[in-house]
Amino acid sequence: MSAAPSGPHAPSAPSAPREEAVAPLIELRDVWKTYGHDESEVHALAGASLHIDDGEFVAVMGASGSGKSTCLNVLGCLDQPTGGQYLFRGVDVGKLNADQLALLRRSYLGFVFQGFNLLARTSAVENVELPLIYRRVGHAERRRRAMKALDEVGLASRATHTPAELSGGQQQRVAIARAIVTDPQMLLADEPTGNLDSARKADIMNLLVELNRKRQITIVMVTHESDMAEYATRIVHFHDGKVDSDRRVER
Amino acid sequence: MIWATLLMALREIRRNTMRSILTTLGIVIGVGSVIAMVTLGRGATAKITAEISNMGTNLLIVMPGSDRRGPTSASAPPLKIDDVKAIEREVSAVDKVAPTASRAALIVYGNKNWNTGVTGSNNEFFTVRRYAIERGASFSDAQLLSGAPVCVLGATVRKELFGQGDPLGAAIRVGAVSCTVVGVLASKGMSTFGSDQDDFLVMPLAAFQRRVAGNYDIGAVFVSATSDKLTTKAKQQIEALMRERRRIAPGQLNDFRVQDMKEISDTLGSVTGALTALLGGIAAVSLLVGGIGIMNIMLVSVTERTREIGVRLAIGARGGEVLLQFLVEAITLSTLGGMLGIVFGLAISYVATRALKMPFMVLPDIVVIAFAFSATVGVAFGFLPARKASRLNPIDALRHE
Ligand SMILES: Nc1ncnc2c1ncn2[C@@H]1O[C@H](COP(=O)(O)OP(=O)(O)O)[C@@H](O)[C@H]1O
Ligand SMILES: [Mg+2]
Repeated sequence: MSAAPSGPHAPSAPSAPREEAVAPLIELRDVWKTYGHDESEVHALAGASLHIDDGEFVAVMGASGSGKSTCLNVLGCLDQPTGGQYLFRGVDVGKLNADQLALLRRSYLGFVFQGFNLLARTSAVENVELPLIYRRVGHAERRRRAMKALDEVGLASRATHTPAELSGGQQQRVAIARAIVTDPQMLLADEPTGNLDSARKADIMNLLVELNRKRQITIVMVTHESDMAEYATRIVHFHDGKVDSDRRVER
Repeated sequence: MIWATLLMALREIRRNTMRSILTTLGIVIGVGSVIAMVTLGRGATAKITAEISNMGTNLLIVMPGSDRRGPTSASAPPLKIDDVKAIEREVSAVDKVAPTASRAALIVYGNKNWNTGVTGSNNEFFTVRRYAIERGASFSDAQLLSGAPVCVLGATVRKELFGQGDPLGAAIRVGAVSCTVVGVLASKGMSTFGSDQDDFLVMPLAAFQRRVAGNYDIGAVFVSATSDKLTTKAKQQIEALMRERRRIAPGQLNDFRVQDMKEISDTLGSVTGALTALLGGIAAVSLLVGGIGIMNIMLVSVTERTREIGVRLAIGARGGEVLLQFLVEAITLSTLGGMLGIVFGLAISYVATRALKMPFMVLPDIVVIAFAFSATVGVAFGFLPARKASRLNPIDALRHE
């Protein structure tokens, strides 16, 4: 069983049919995410549509509560929209079952959570190794790649420390290392610089830019800081669960 | 994958040392206490049964008074020596007959005194009740006939009055009577029910009746049947004889009773049965408490575990893979706890049965049941919340509170 969503057919937008051999990486079509019922109903996403191609570095901005995190969770297949369609490489994610979604995440996605979500009482290197375990990477190779990822985020010297022994910024970097250790096609990061000082922020952003440029990893990053967004190639602005503006950035 | 999962589960057990220890402890206590309780109950039962058969299964006791307590027992005429002679003479299935009468008395030797039971009987008493003469002799025919003031001391009485000294030939005072010690009994120790079987002395029946009791009543007659098989026959013969002698009309209830050891052992059997049931009940409660302990620990950690499952799902684990890991963890802890519980329960009951001089008998059924129950609880409460979490959307598992 494989969820490899390498669709042979290109999904075509009704107005502008494209003739590409490979379907676009991400396509959100009028996606809704509604919490609660009746009076207490909240539309975290209210008809969001978004199109992301391979190799893009997208910064998602917007006021608090505008639906940025919800959108990222949907893109990461961690959450299911209540309406609309999400196509990943032309495959309708809504039609995949839980196991297929897991394989999709495993094979193509890396996620940096807002709250890190590292395993407690588990060393940094073991946390970074975790995604590789489910990819059946052997023990020695796993350790080597995890150490390399920690080195990239500048934390190799803290490999044996548990999250409780690391600062917020260091935990953030372990979380980034865990997301990139698998060499994902797409990296989703929810406020990855939120807990860092400005020097570290620049380091992390440069790392992301490098991952994007050299390894061709598509990046979608939620941030509320416009100077962080300037590192991206494109800035998508959310307002009330919808895409409000979408512009390219000249670097 | 199975191997990797096993390694991962073992690592998780080590990582959550405290939780693992507490879970295991719950199972150890549950399994251990059940096994200890039931093994002890079983040992007590076996010990009592052994003691009863040691008393002689061919023993019968004839006593005045009916089975039921009430006015009849008060008005029932006592047994007399003629009744004893009639039993000896007319009941074919009877071997030895020991009439007895007893009362409590203060006995004095030098500056020491001791309250004990005084029994009047004959030499058959020692045989029928299985007392051995350790020093000196039993009564001579002349002493029995004349009702000479002589006595044989139980081991406790000897110790209390004479300490390490030699009691033979000494004159002690029994109530108001001066009495010469002619023999000492070997100790039988405590009975199952904790009474001292050596705390009494025996005099010839005639001497007891005339000098101590002041009447010729006989309290109980110990009778041994010629063989175990003839016990029931002897009992029927004695009952028929006594009904005739006591002129009880057909259809009327006996105003005496003939107890055999089987009857007594049945009574004791039901007592020990109740004891075993009680211990079993306590054991079941401890099993339950152990189970609730396991449940608590597992449920307390549900939030952390649910989040952890969310993390694993988010980075690409399938629900089944996560579940397998948690199942392996639960099985490992439960099995480990179960084994330790068995060892612990057997060790405790071994030491306790040795200390209480009871036989050590292991009941495999109980071991299996206790193990199965605890393991089920451990696995169920480790596994079910994990299963629930593994079916959530990863984001819902991550947000679990
Ligand atoms: N699990 C949830 N239950 C109910 N409402 C939620 C839930 N998650 C998010 N929301 C609501 O959805 C809206 C968008 O949330 P979110 O995507 O986290 O915003 P952002 O990340 O842009 O701050 C908010 O109003 C929030 O209160
Ligand atoms: Mg957010």
